[in-house]
Amino acid sequence: MHDVIIIGGGPAGLTAGIYAARASMKALLVRSAFNPSLITTTDLIENYPGFPDGIGGFELVELFTRQALRFGLEITDDDTSAVSRHDEGGHACWKVQGSSGAHTALSVIVATGTEYAHLGVPGEAEFTGRGVSYCATCDGPFYRGGRVVVVGGGDTAVQEALYLTNFAASVTIVHRRDRLRATAVLQERAKANEKISFAWNAVVEEITGDDAVRAVRLQDVRDPAAKRTLEADGVFIFTGTIPNTGMLKGVADLDNSGYITVDSHMQTSAPGIFACGDCTRKLLRQVVTACGDGATAAFAAYEYVSGLKGTSYGGYTP
Amino acid sequence: MAQEKLPDNPGTVLTLTDQDVDQAIATYPFIVVDCWAEWCGPCKMLTPIVESLAQKNQGEIVFAKLDVDKNPETARKFGIRSIPNLLVFKNGQKVGDIVGAMPEAKLLERIRALKG
Repeated sequence: MHDVIIIGGGPAGLTAGIYAARASMKALLVRSAFNPSLITTTDLIENYPGFPDGIGGFELVELFTRQALRFGLEITDDDTSAVSRHDEGGHACWKVQGSSGAHTALSVIVATGTEYAHLGVPGEAEFTGRGVSYCATCDGPFYRGGRVVVVGGGDTAVQEALYLTNFAASVTIVHRRDRLRATAVLQERAKANEKISFAWNAVVEEITGDDAVRAVRLQDVRDPAAKRTLEADGVFIFTGTIPNTGMLKGVADLDNSGYITVDSHMQTSAPGIFACGDCTRKLLRQVVTACGDGATAAFAAYEYVSGLKGTSYGGYTP
Repeated sequence: MAQEKLPDNPGTVLTLTDQDVDQAIATYPFIVVDCWAEWCGPCKMLTPIVESLAQKNQGEIVFAKLDVDKNPETARKFGIRSIPNLLVFKNGQKVGDIVGAMPEAKLLERIRALKG
């Protein structure tokens, strides 16, 4: 039995892992072998302190992983399907079920992050991999000289649109409102970039093509009868995220959108289960806030486990 | 770098290029070509999975990888727009492509479905 099992190999989970390992907890981090942290698909992170020239998302997660391994964190690749109450030798604990076996622990830290939401429009599923993409760093270089559409108006959409201008001849940002939500510095860069243009107050109604994407059909949100066609070789979709929290349904409280509700100690409604990072209900989903949450979750889990074992140093009130 | 010579019964992942990919497709009755690039994070997640499958399925399925950045001809020829992308060839004909990373068991299931 472990003291703590951390589910998720992104910034929140790895930071929790660093703190748990340094506290000499018997800790295991389970990360998905095929569903990597979303931040690994971001080409440039400019707002994580300590990297004045920015750093790639994949590279940053590799550094976090190396740092956690240095303190002896055990990491395994498996796909977690369920977290459930368990009894081991008369001690109440949690069982974390994976596809290649189960692990038990006194506490669990859920740091499973989010995945990109789909638009759910005709053509989207059909053309995924043939023009529809959710990863600009993976697929941007295939659009050298091409016409690209980016759907969304937040930080990710604008950051990825800027990245795509390295390859594409033109990038059109399609956004349902008349202004962007993205942070000011990104908005200024996008507006100053001559390759980027905007389709305001517009939503994608359909993605069309033959063997690959050829165009998107746009609808005006103010006048649904007003439609137009935008020729495109690629469509990159960054309209939001959905939390990977299915494993906690019925175990801990989630909000209406599926995000895990936690208190300021990252404690969920289920005693011994903590959660941190993008999968929780919170104001700002960034690497830096995920790391902060992860550290708090690990410390709270440490105090919780110490309390169970009767070895608490004291001073912590859940 | 291209393969020196295509082995009879590889149990490891072959490295193919624009120069020898056609020959490999013609040589092996069933071959899966993992198209990847250095810039692609999810591709790196898939690499150990493909290596594991190559070992476990020796004699039945041949696995190869091709860097699309260094071998643009192949990427263009097969209309690759997303990676990781596993091109699947049976008796010299493309029978499908599998886009995106996924767990080993699911990937093998998809490949077997194409093998028939």
